[in-house]
Amino acid sequence: MDLFISMFAATIIAATPLIFAALGELVVEKSGVLNLGIEGMMLVGAAFGVWAHFAGLPMIVALAAAVLAGAAASLLFGVLALTFMTNQYAAGLALAIFGTGVSAFIGRGFGSTPVDAIQPIHLPGLSDIPVIGAMFFQYDPLVYFSFVMFGAVSWFLYRTKAGLALRAIGESPDSAHAIGFEVIKIRYLAVMFGGAMAGLGGAYLSLVYTPLWVENMTAGRGWIALALVVFAAWRPKRVILGAWLFGGMTILQLQGQAIGLKVPSELLSALPYLATIAVLVLISRNRQAMALDFPVSLAQPFRPKG
Amino acid sequence: MTPRLELRGISKSYPGVLANDDISLSVLPGEIHAVLGENGAGKSTLMKIIYGATPADAGQIYCDGKAVPEHGPAVSRELGIEMVYQHFALFESITVVENIALSMPGKMDLKGLALRIREVSERYGLPIDPDRLVLSLSVGERQRVEIVRCLLRQPKLLILDEPTSVLTPQAVRKLFETLRQLSDEGCSILYISHKLDEVRELCHSATVLRGGKVTGETDPRQATSAELARMMVGKDLPEMMVEPSELSHMPLLSVNNLNLAPETVTGTSLKAVSLEVFGGEIVGIAGVSGNGQGELAAAISGEKITSAAEDIVLEGRPIGHLNAGRRRDLGLGFVPEERLGRGAVPPYELSENALLTAHRLGMVKHGMANRRKARDFAADVIEKYNVKASGPSAKAHGLSGGNLQKFIMGREIELSPKVLLVSQPTWGVDVGAAAYVRQTLIDLSRSGQAVIVISEELEELFEICDRLYVICNGELTPSLNRADTNVEEVGLLMTGTGSKPAAPDVQTESVRYAV
Repeated sequence: MDLFISMFAATIIAATPLIFAALGELVVEKSGVLNLGIEGMMLVGAAFGVWAHFAGLPMIVALAAAVLAGAAASLLFGVLALTFMTNQYAAGLALAIFGTGVSAFIGRGFGSTPVDAIQPIHLPGLSDIPVIGAMFFQYDPLVYFSFVMFGAVSWFLYRTKAGLALRAIGESPDSAHAIGFEVIKIRYLAVMFGGAMAGLGGAYLSLVYTPLWVENMTAGRGWIALALVVFAAWRPKRVILGAWLFGGMTILQLQGQAIGLKVPSELLSALPYLATIAVLVLISRNRQAMALDFPVSLAQPFRPKG
Repeated sequence: MTPRLELRGISKSYPGVLANDDISLSVLPGEIHAVLGENGAGKSTLMKIIYGATPADAGQIYCDGKAVPEHGPAVSRELGIEMVYQHFALFESITVVENIALSMPGKMDLKGLALRIREVSERYGLPIDPDRLVLSLSVGERQRVEIVRCLLRQPKLLILDEPTSVLTPQAVRKLFETLRQLSDEGCSILYISHKLDEVRELCHSATVLRGGKVTGETDPRQATSAELARMMVGKDLPEMMVEPSELSHMPLLSVNNLNLAPETVTGTSLKAVSLEVFGGEIVGIAGVSGNGQGELAAAISGEKITSAAEDIVLEGRPIGHLNAGRRRDLGLGFVPEERLGRGAVPPYELSENALLTAHRLGMVKHGMANRRKARDFAADVIEKYNVKASGPSAKAHGLSGGNLQKFIMGREIELSPKVLLVSQPTWGVDVGAAAYVRQTLIDLSRSGQAVIVISEELEELFEICDRLYVICNGELTPSLNRADTNVEEVGLLMTGTGSKPAAPDVQTESVRYAV
């Protein structure tokens, strides 16, 4: 039972950076832009968070630095993909590689120095409930914040006019332009939101989860977040479910031997991608769902006409 | 009375073309004013200038007697000018009310807006359900959404660009009722069209454009279609020559109970489609766009291969399992509706485009193309089919729609196909070239070949076809003899509401045609 509870809690925590990064990417892709550089932006966020922390800044400022760094990194992609209309796949891959390099440069000197991690908060009463408390109320504030962000993103996309406009742009930027929406500007904002969220996801790794700076510490989580958006078929709710599933796989990899699992860990780490491919096949058969949630203009550069 | 809109000396040139040359026209309040002209006459440019989407090089626009100095779409909206585009700017993945909310200023109030949509749609006889997803709407319903979107702003001048090209005859009549009601309420309407009958039925006045210039102003209710056509084309149109046909004993092509899933998200599936075409006849497939025409054309041409070989039979030989190239080898020609990109490669020379299908005439040996033969062939086609082009080395995208269509048709006909499938033969083709293309199809069928024409233009089908099928929602009606049916009946079948003609016994039908 204790093992189950600890694995449950570990799954929730492992899912948190994925939720941040994937919710951000979801908004980006909903606007019709594909940014493959999540891995790079997460690393940049992780490195700048640690840098700010060791500069003696309070934790909240270190988090803000990570968010800003992620957004700034995404801006690089934005300029290439939106202003210069380069191929989005190429620009995103470039960002992933660039971010890895920059983060390694920033993180020089902090290597393997432990960080005073953000601690779980104790909720009087709630955290002390047996089982339930350990499962739901003994997390750090960022875990709760990831759920706030889930609510905010869902509300924005499906309840506000701006969210409606964002989805409309993702379906047909030409039509949106014709009615008078500033497609490029809105896409820039979406891309920067995605960068900020990826930066936060990265900082969660370096300031809470690990908690120290190691080169390349995201270890493919940026790619998993990317797969997660597809796995979720562009619906926020399924992003959460998928993050738990993928997070659970990570935990199984780590603790598989402890619980006597005979599956090789390499196979487990491949599972998220296999699951994504399976989902892709399934949803591409469901035309109605595809038509409703898939941003049709994804990865196509937009040139305003006239 | 002060005109609602007045244009004085509007000119606009693009590199190499004078799109609008000193155009003046005026529209009174409540007047339905037609702008008539062929494709390329400058109608669309003029509308963009009026709406403010494109600036004019010279000339003035007056609205209610006041000059409009700085024009733009935002100014248009302030002045009460609204435009219904030919290609709708609707988002499919969201509902009708959400679509309309996006183009409304200010905060979003979906409930209040849905109520107003219901009000307007009831008042003007444009039934739409605000909560439906646009992707589930027919083309006609989408047009209603566009019109309602304009009407919600209580326009003073409504511009409609070729609004009936996607509608059934019945839907056209309903649209006209709505437009007349609007006109009675004082709203001016600019009605852009190349369909003479409609203009004569609906409009109070007409300005005719040709080659960017005004070539006539007239009251279309007084003028005859022939007079209007002469102003549009600049000469009299040739009379269509249709000789009685002599049919082959066996169908050259038959499609048997064909089922096909759609290719795209918004596509239509074909449901148990059966048809027969005999040598010596033209068979038309009528229908509102998006009812499975594209899928049917792809299935017959071989762009989409069906599961069973017997689904499609060419001269007694099952070909359903063969690809498009093999089907062409066996004598099944295909002219698709998109000329640029599917019928021809835009940046390629005509001779190279000739090679694409006419290589079957011995232009390729040991994998090497014989360019001289290709050039000679292209030159022959250009001469024989009246293609206006500088020569075989002209690029495909440099030709006008009509001339490229003549070239592609010529290329296919020179391959002497047994069956020729043509999709939208006169889309975007000027009136003169359209008449030529239709005559070519008739001549081809009368020389013993079978011709299938898929078209959304009913008049065209009635002009050239011996028999008609109607396609609606992926289902084909049994065939109708042109002589025994009329536009009304076909129009009803296009909406799927008409009573389907009883399926004749296939045996007796074959006998009847063989006689």
